Amino acid sequence: MTGPVQVPVQVPGDVPVEAPVDGPVDVRVDVRVEVRGAAPRWTAVCRLDDLAPERGAAALVDGEQVALFRLVDDTVLAVEQRDPFSGAHVVSRGIVGTRGDTPTVASPMYKQVWDLRTGRCLDAVGREPQDLRTWPVQTDGDVVLVGGPGAVPGPAEGAAP
Amino acid sequence: MHPDVETAPPAGPLDAAPRRLVVVGGGMVAQRLVEAVRDRDVDDRWQVTVLAEEPRAPYDRVALTSYFSGRDPEDLALGDPGLWDDPAVRLVRGARVVDVDRAARTVRVADGRTWAYDELVLATGSSAAMPPIEGNDLPGVFVYRTIDDVAALRGWVEQQAARGRPVRGAVIGGGLLGLEAAGALRALGATCTVIQVGTHLMSAQVDLGGGEALRRLINRLGVAVRTGTVTERMRVDRRGTVGRLDFADGGRLDVDVVVVATGVRPRDELARAAGLEIGARGGVVVDEACRTADPHVWAAGEVACIDGACLGLVAPGYAMAEVVVDRLLGGSAVFPGADTATKLKLSGVDVASFGDAFARTPGALELVHSDPVAGVYTKLVLSDDARTLLGGVLVGDASAYASLRPMVGRQLAGDPSALLLPGKDPASGGDLPDDATVCSCNNVTAGTVRGAVTDHACTDLGAVKACTRAGTSCGSCLPLVKKLLGAELTRAGITVSHALCEHFAMSRRQLFDAVRVTGLRTFSEIVQRHGHGRGCDICKPVVASILSSLDDGHVLDGERAALQDTNDHVMANLQKDGSYSVVPRIPGGEITPEGLLVIGQVAKDYGLYTKITGGQRIDMFGARIDQLPGIWKRLVDAGFESGHAYGKSLRTVKSCVGSTWCRYGVQDSVGLAVALELRYRGLRSPHKFKLGVSGCARECAEARAKDVGVIATDNGWNLYVGGNGGFTPRHAQLLAEDLDTDTLVRTIDRFLMYYIRTADRLQRTAPWMEEVDGGLAGVRAVVLDDALGIAADLDASMARHVDAYADEWKATLEDPEKLRRFASFVNAPTTPDPSLAYVAERGQARPATATERAELERSTAGGPVVVAGTTLAVRS
Repeated sequence: MTGPVQVPVQVPGDVPVEAPVDGPVDVRVDVRVEVRGAAPRWTAVCRLDDLAPERGAAALVDGEQVALFRLVDDTVLAVEQRDPFSGAHVVSRGIVGTRGDTPTVASPMYKQVWDLRTGRCLDAVGREPQDLRTWPVQTDGDVVLVGGPGAVPGPAEGAAP
Repeated sequence: MHPDVETAPPAGPLDAAPRRLVVVGGGMVAQRLVEAVRDRDVDDRWQVTVLAEEPRAPYDRVALTSYFSGRDPEDLALGDPGLWDDPAVRLVRGARVVDVDRAARTVRVADGRTWAYDELVLATGSSAAMPPIEGNDLPGVFVYRTIDDVAALRGWVEQQAARGRPVRGAVIGGGLLGLEAAGALRALGATCTVIQVGTHLMSAQVDLGGGEALRRLINRLGVAVRTGTVTERMRVDRRGTVGRLDFADGGRLDVDVVVVATGVRPRDELARAAGLEIGARGGVVVDEACRTADPHVWAAGEVACIDGACLGLVAPGYAMAEVVVDRLLGGSAVFPGADTATKLKLSGVDVASFGDAFARTPGALELVHSDPVAGVYTKLVLSDDARTLLGGVLVGDASAYASLRPMVGRQLAGDPSALLLPGKDPASGGDLPDDATVCSCNNVTAGTVRGAVTDHACTDLGAVKACTRAGTSCGSCLPLVKKLLGAELTRAGITVSHALCEHFAMSRRQLFDAVRVTGLRTFSEIVQRHGHGRGCDICKPVVASILSSLDDGHVLDGERAALQDTNDHVMANLQKDGSYSVVPRIPGGEITPEGLLVIGQVAKDYGLYTKITGGQRIDMFGARIDQLPGIWKRLVDAGFESGHAYGKSLRTVKSCVGSTWCRYGVQDSVGLAVALELRYRGLRSPHKFKLGVSGCARECAEARAKDVGVIATDNGWNLYVGGNGGFTPRHAQLLAEDLDTDTLVRTIDRFLMYYIRTADRLQRTAPWMEEVDGGLAGVRAVVLDDALGIAADLDASMARHVDAYADEWKATLEDPEKLRRFASFVNAPTTPDPSLAYVAERGQARPATATERAELERSTAGGPVVVAGTTLAVRS
């Protein structure tokens, strides 16, 4: 699939993401985004402001644990929350940084470093390198959306000029 | 070439059964001999049996006096204790050899057991000489040679002290050992007078001028000195113990304890009985190979009479041990001659003597610098052309010892008189010849140290020590080793990068100073000004720690939160499965029954595994990130606060129960421990640090294993610094004695702040003290004498920390913004991590192993077991 995907955001239930909310937005109740005419879908997980700059946060997306990272330029990237070296779900709690121009996260467990954009292991700290799965992420206004299998990032409807 | 010749088994002793080497004596030389055999006998040709008279493995007799500050004989352990577990080595303790049968090649022990030998080494050492003075067998008269001697002396002084008045001590003998014994008596709280027959102290090593300077230094320690005094008799008092010394000049001295340290006598009685040749002043006569007239009997150490003399120092003994081993393995080593250099090991009195200290070489010139006001006496002995260093005496300031000693017999570069100036450490190390010995304890040459850099890629002191063993025994050569390392790195064109990481080209210390001066307070500003990029897991926590040390804001304030490691970020300790452990502060290990109940109830309600830590508090494991605020709410409400078990900061102040309860305690150790823990709680530092306070010299709090250790004395507190357990255990070194509580606290304040400002990232206090300018003496100068003029600044920093301290957990619970980070999932903040699974073990929970996890998943038919609070899913 090529070209921009139109992503109308529909938030069912009584948790409108546009409304100001105190504390974290709890959107645990099947907050889904319908993608017109395609199987891949985008899941709204939180608002940008729920993510601290240069710090990770975990999210549940279709029963899978995803680690979200908001960079200093407000780009949001998503990788696997499970640290393959320890088996613990902790990657979102690592320290965010850079190697050259590459945004990175270091495992809080045994300090392996990954490229946040590709999930590639950049420093295996003496072990066999193991990469992280990645998810596409886009923001629609203030809403952060994580793409399911096959989802391709593109401007969301609300963000179009 | 003939294949059959190639494959033929080697002829000779190699295919024979191991030969039996028996060593009589279990001292330092025996230890070195066995080490050398095991190092070099790669074909296991020798089976070694060591027959030791003392009931313990060889120990560091040279450091015997340090046994007064610790109490544990283990403190004096030598080398790798695994040596004695080697199957090729057998150590028989408490085995006094009474007979050597050279014809049968056997030795017999007092209890009748007999050992056969192929080769025999006599390493029986010396015994303390007891001069024939009337009354020398009275209770209260001691010699100073073994751990048992020292333990008995200490017991006696403590018993006398219990009578409630100052204990009056005397030491007969003003040599090296006598002065150490005098220091030991002072350390035990006794007064002390040193009685010396000769004209001055340490007359075997130091000339008259040096002896006079030394007397003034000794007097400053509160030790009186009587020279030119012969003791005629020791008089008994009414209690039947020693009570008075009568001198030949008619003088008298009332005493409660006497230590006789007039010299040693070689333990050559076995050799005499076996008919071996004995030297004119005792000792088994050996040749340059350390062999006696019997080709199967060798002697090494103080018992050996080599070149007509016995040598009462450990370095020549080690050299003899190496020679014997080389010969046993077929080599042709000869004894290289004695290095009689000595350094007095007495706190506050710096004395060293080396080479031809008495200018006995014909035509030798003496260059003397004497400053009675400063208490410094320096003498260099030079060849008649004033170009070659022959020896010297250093009193009051022996810092040049490490650099000068290896220069003996070598030409000096430049004007020798420049070397005399106090504080001038002459050798840069660069011009030292490769064959000059740098570390005499382990016989490491300058060339070997240089080779560590060029051939083994060592770039720091720790690597050089591990590679060469230089500086791993007494450590007095470390300044020189460090200089050699620096010079060699420069020569090899290796720039040692002190850069923290790719984002900062500076060391932690440089960055600390830069941030302090520029006043920048956010990471973005700091990395923009002093570095580049967006940081990493190395530099971000360093910046967070520096900022915390400088202005004591909350660790989670603003942008600073993103700099923290997960432990600091959620103020708990990450465990292997992604859960955390929780440690409330229990200052000094003192806790009320109510406090125990609260911790117990919280742990029970949340299903946490509990364990007592080594730091005298309670750790609760298995808390999920989303449970931390709830757990802490209850702890804070009950009056607990963060224990900072997660931080690079003060952990605990361990204490014994002290004088409030203990029969032996002399000070309130718990009270002091609580005060210190409350003072330094939350103080961020380059590495975690620990304190300990013991209420008496029994040292039950193991304070000397801490970064800062405090041990009560009758007069106040002794302060030790630079100890740690862990991967490289270190004993703390004495920084100051008999401090009152205010001075003690001020000194610790400065020590910690100086460390925090200047140490490298993740550098504990012990390696920091090796690296910092001047080592222990340098630290002492800064924190006690304000040599850098920064004491007021250090004091102010600590005052700011103490004033600004607030409990991080309490502040977090009051701030909804800070609480957001404890959500398990940003889109499901209270849904537990579904991957966590636990099983029961010994009545508590522990993380399930991979196998158990798979089993649990099967048995619950879908989805892993989720643990939530008291509904802990456990496998029976």
